[in-house]
Amino acid sequence: MTEQLDAGAYNFAYLDEQTKRMIRRAILKAIAVPGYQVPFASREMPMPYGWGTGGVQVTAACLVPEDRLKVIDQGADDTTNAVSIRRFFQRTAGVATTEATAEATVIQTRHRIPETPLKAGQILVYQVPIPEPLRFLEPRETETRKMHALEEYGLMHVKLYEDIARHGQIATSYAYPVRVEGRYVMDPSPIPKFDNPKLGNNPAIQLFGAGREQRIYALPPWSRVESLDFDDHPFRPSKAPHRCDLCGAGHSYLDEVITDDAGGRMFVCSDTDFCAGRRARGHRGRLAAEASAPPPHPSPTRGEGGAPSDGLAQGGAALASPPPRGEGLGAGGAGPEGTA
Amino acid sequence: MIRIENLSKSFTLHNQGGAVIPVMAGAALTVGPGECVGLTGPSGAGKSTLMRMVHGNYLAAGGSIRVGELDVATAEPRQIIALRRQVLGHVSQFLRVVPRVPTLEVVAEPLLALGTDAEEARERAAALLRRLNIPERLWPLSPTTFSGGEQQRVNIARGFVHAYPALLLDEPTASLDAANREVVLNLIEEAKARGAAILGIFHDEAARARVCDRLVDVTGFTPKAAA
Amino acid sequence: MTLMERMAMTDQPLLRVEGLTKRYGQRIGCAEVSFDLYPGEVLGIVGESGSGKSTLLSCLAGHQRADLGRIVYDGRDVLAMPETERRRLSRTDWAYVHQNPRDGLRMGVSAGGNVGERLMAVGARHYGEIRGKAADWLARVEIAADRIDDRPSAFSGGMQQRLQIARNLVTGPRLVFMDEPTGGLDVSVQARLLDLLRGLVRDLGLSVIIVTHDLAVVRLLAHRLMVMKSGRVVEQGLTDQVLDDPQHAYTQLLVSSVLQV
Repeated sequence: MTEQLDAGAYNFAYLDEQTKRMIRRAILKAIAVPGYQVPFASREMPMPYGWGTGGVQVTAACLVPEDRLKVIDQGADDTTNAVSIRRFFQRTAGVATTEATAEATVIQTRHRIPETPLKAGQILVYQVPIPEPLRFLEPRETETRKMHALEEYGLMHVKLYEDIARHGQIATSYAYPVRVEGRYVMDPSPIPKFDNPKLGNNPAIQLFGAGREQRIYALPPWSRVESLDFDDHPFRPSKAPHRCDLCGAGHSYLDEVITDDAGGRMFVCSDTDFCAGRRARGHRGRLAAEASAPPPHPSPTRGEGGAPSDGLAQGGAALASPPPRGEGLGAGGAGPEGTA
Repeated sequence: MIRIENLSKSFTLHNQGGAVIPVMAGAALTVGPGECVGLTGPSGAGKSTLMRMVHGNYLAAGGSIRVGELDVATAEPRQIIALRRQVLGHVSQFLRVVPRVPTLEVVAEPLLALGTDAEEARERAAALLRRLNIPERLWPLSPTTFSGGEQQRVNIARGFVHAYPALLLDEPTASLDAANREVVLNLIEEAKARGAAILGIFHDEAARARVCDRLVDVTGFTPKAAA
Repeated sequence: MTLMERMAMTDQPLLRVEGLTKRYGQRIGCAEVSFDLYPGEVLGIVGESGSGKSTLLSCLAGHQRADLGRIVYDGRDVLAMPETERRRLSRTDWAYVHQNPRDGLRMGVSAGGNVGERLMAVGARHYGEIRGKAADWLARVEIAADRIDDRPSAFSGGMQQRLQIARNLVTGPRLVFMDEPTGGLDVSVQARLLDLLRGLVRDLGLSVIIVTHDLAVVRLLAHRLMVMKSGRVVEQGLTDQVLDDPQHAYTQLLVSSVLQV
């Protein structure tokens, strides 16, 4: 076997045409019924469950040779998970790739929505560990399906009630449940709730693929998406109350990076493309001088930054989240608390 | 107010070979408003059986028992429930209550069931308990722990707390001391004065003589022909 | 309008059951059960294990589908309703108290969340109000206010049962199904629960169908009694009448078998 796989040895984008047709049918149904989880015959992929097998299959079914693909993992293009999926499609589909959000036609993502606003014509594919938002309180699949069918969503608010009762506020900071078009309650995958407002009214197509759970769901462009909340505890997207230390952005989602073992830390944009673009345009943050040019994205050696990745592991969705954070990706944005 | 006609009763003992025991036939009596009728006859003659039938506790085999406008012998259970709630009071010899419930609540309950304001119901219950010499320190306790005489007085209080148009009294003065006996007899006289029709069993002859306007000997209701 | 006419109009049964039958293959679960239940009435169903009383209750509550018969609730045919409507009914107008509180509670959710769930299920979206109502109901079932954020797993059996009752009654149901609600509780706890239930029935005008094998419980709680044997109703009537002057052979046996205390 040669080092460089011959793309011709595989069907375009790895999956056979019948499988892609099956997945496309599921996608079309998902788009037709926004927020509804469509079962599909998820295939074995040459990567373990939890590493984005659902997203990869959806991407494979969407790709055409003219596409330009971007893959991010928690906002970063350069982490193991993102790199290996990007290379997978370079080899099996031969499509062009990019790190620039604006230039991509298909973006596969794990746990983030890019900061750069998406455009009509773009497809954002989410990797989903647990698609069922009701699973937290109702373990029976038969029952959760019935609850969706009959719009019995009181349980979702029980979860939020418990949050407030225990923490004084809604402490859910990622995978924050939403209601789509006033109908289906949907798990937006473990994106930080900071990203929730971008789900709705988005000109791009958003597709969600859960490989192990064998579900596909979707938000067609311009969908109405509401984050669940209480009248007296309204939904608030939150982020660390800092500016990016590299590009100075004050309105992007930040990762906290430990820089030494003496308590040093910095906050940087989790969206590497967004951050690099700003710096290229001359924006500078607090520590931009130290991060010498050309500015590499910092490579912290520890990943105990908190949510979303670590928070996820504690939150019970750990099964779906083996840590593909690779060498270097600081796991987290700021913790769920203390954010504004 | 109470009119019994041609009433009969028998018990069928299915678990003893289906033996049928006729215990009453052709019973008839009336009790008018403001009247007190005492049932007499030796033990086992059927005084209690008759009382229970009027209360709806025993089913009649035939005949009719009119209390007000309702024929208890043929009424639906829920009609009897309504009758007991509003019209027909009953003082039995036994106190049957939920354990743990305070005496004051036990006495107030018939009023609460009628929808009386809780405050007023408790005040009226308290007044009766005071009159019947139940010490106030016992009111928060369940009557299940009381002596026989105390339980009897709680039972009487329950039966008189609402001004029932008809009353059944089963030995209301038994096991009472002279003072409390006097209170109970006064209560009965007051009930008669306001027009209540009372049917009772009184073994206490002096009490019977004092409150009863007529006596009916139930021996006459015993079935004649036994096979 | 005469008084009689007015009574006839307002005095409609809340629940009317006609010829309800449920078979398990050749075996009879319950057969040809008919009765009316009026507002504010408590109906006891007694019988030994396997008599069909639990099958009947679960058919009435919609947990199982009856094979034959009709259930008319408040003028509406329950068995002909779409499932959405039936489930809505069971979240609002109806309540079901399980024998084992674990079956009726969410053990991983706080007491307040358990009580609030039915409110949220019918659209309550104000945290403060939900919590206020939950606190009010905990007080009504005699659970201390400072336990509102504790999970039911930290409660005693009697408290769990009272919590289950609060959780069920918070939406102001009119019809409550109870399956052996005092089973498995200590005698002293039973008494407290009975007292609580009696008060709630009286104050809220609840109609209740209570299944139990405990004749002492029905004597204190039920206005009317239905005795079941082998899936059929063998006798029904006023509770004290059925217990004190039973007509059917089986009822006589049942009553005479109870140990006197």
